[in-house]
Amino acid sequence: MIEQRKNFDEFIKQVRINILKFSLAAGSDSAHIGGALSCADIMGVLYKKYIKIVESGSDKRNRFILSKGHACLALYSCLVELGLIKPEEIQTFEKNESRLLGHPVINKEIGIEFSTGSLGMGLSLGIGVALSFKREKKENNVYVLLGDGECNEGSIWESAMSAVNFNLDNLTCIIDNNGFQQTGTNEQIMKNSNIAEKWKSFNWDVHEIDGHNINEIDNALSIVSNKPKLIVAKTIKGKGLKIAEENNAWHHSMISKQQYEDGVKDLNE
Amino acid sequence: MNKFYNTNSFKLWSKLGQRAVFGLGMMEIIKKHKDLIVITADVSTSAGLDRFRKNFKDNYVDVGIAEQNMIGIAAGLASEGHRIITTTFSPFQTLRCSEQIKVMLGYMKIKVIMVGLASGLVLGPLGFTHCSIEDVALLRSIPNISIVCPADPTEVIKATEASINHNRSVYIRLTGSSNMRQIYNEDYDFKIGESITLKNGSDISIVSNGSIIAECLDAANFLEAKGISTEVINMHTIKPLDKKKLNEIFLNKKLIVSVEEHNVIGGLSSSIAEEMSELKNKPPLVKIGINDFYSSGGNYEYLKGVYKLKSGDISNKILKYYEQS
Repeated sequence: MIEQRKNFDEFIKQVRINILKFSLAAGSDSAHIGGALSCADIMGVLYKKYIKIVESGSDKRNRFILSKGHACLALYSCLVELGLIKPEEIQTFEKNESRLLGHPVINKEIGIEFSTGSLGMGLSLGIGVALSFKREKKENNVYVLLGDGECNEGSIWESAMSAVNFNLDNLTCIIDNNGFQQTGTNEQIMKNSNIAEKWKSFNWDVHEIDGHNINEIDNALSIVSNKPKLIVAKTIKGKGLKIAEENNAWHHSMISKQQYEDGVKDLNE
Repeated sequence: MNKFYNTNSFKLWSKLGQRAVFGLGMMEIIKKHKDLIVITADVSTSAGLDRFRKNFKDNYVDVGIAEQNMIGIAAGLASEGHRIITTTFSPFQTLRCSEQIKVMLGYMKIKVIMVGLASGLVLGPLGFTHCSIEDVALLRSIPNISIVCPADPTEVIKATEASINHNRSVYIRLTGSSNMRQIYNEDYDFKIGESITLKNGSDISIVSNGSIIAECLDAANFLEAKGISTEVINMHTIKPLDKKKLNEIFLNKKLIVSVEEHNVIGGLSSSIAEEMSELKNKPPLVKIGINDFYSSGGNYEYLKGVYKLKSGDISNKILKYYEQS
């Protein structure tokens, strides 16, 4: 248990450092830093333990869909740690002809299941994939990560309704509930209070957790449910980069060399 | 593939219309393509799929009235290797979920066959929420999607079978009412992207598709009687266009006429105009279609009259233009 915890911590630390490396590589093109850092712990636990993308071969891997595609740096950073993306490729981020753009581009070879970034689409895709596994009697699970701002999109609620209708107990949806969206807090832009209650009313199996507590994330992900499972993960936007925490100016921004170095130093402490 | 129909079927099918025959045909097509999944948005009756829904439960998914989710689910299933046909009324099959189509079928190149029911003007009594005069324009601008508009129910079956074997997503645009004109009396070969000359002629080429092509055939026969030799081409595939055929008629016809049950902006006529635009010597193109306005509602025949899409309107317009030049 302690060993596993250490493994998670080290993996997630490296994921956060990778996020900062990518952000620095983006230079003046900027990167979605805040929303990548807020979900780094969730994605770290998912990729370290649940997706099984490397160890179980392509067919048996569980599927992860980053519906909040702008948090691509968290995804790429996990894939770097798993060896699917070479560390040298970090420097190509958002550059001409790169495989790693500011929103994920489908590339199964390096572990990117779908092109996402237009908000509100990933859960529908996940339902299609989960339905396929049910039809084929496959044991694979599907994980979809949504943003709380993303839940403004009506299509999310179309899919929320249908996942239950199709009895998709192989589907887990996680909301990175950092409380912010592009130009302000959820409260300021579009009130999204009682997220958990909303999904409960759609008859999902809902769990509320601290999205930076590794044990809580791991426990919630390990729960076996007989219906679609929703994890509302309360998070801090920009988590791990002190100057960016709860500061929405870091939604999409540049990081200076100094800020990068300070950030990496803090993460290593 | 072995055919489940013969020329006797064609007559019955024209009575039933394109939508009903799509549903009827699926009852047979599914026997040969057992893995196909048909996804609808609460329109099994409208798509003629009620028997299919009952008899092939495992091959039928209803997502309720949620078209964006329908395309997402279709793409998710297709990405795992399933072969998918989605269907609902044309405006909801195209415009409502257009961005899902762009991202999933276009950008990601995930193959899904979409069947747009009752496109064009046939639902005129229900108003323009249910008519569809914009679908081709919208989908034509999305890469990696083919667009087919069958002339009659027989061609709906042929287009559906061809789409199953096609290497990319296809939008099949169904038009017309029941008791529609039977265009094909004999069996024929259908290939996506290869137009079919329904009537030969040497002076004028009418290029059209969908059920409105019946009006074009009548117009061509009328012109023929007036001594103007008029060809009718069924350009059933709007994308990819049959450029070979088009460039042939650009060379050897005095006048090209496009006729479409769609806005003249962005549809068949635009496609033809774009294809000829760089030629130095070319015949004029007369565009007949819906001139970019929503009229008052009314039945199919009424609306064809409003938009001057009846055979008499077509032949008059051509005569007027032809005699002036």
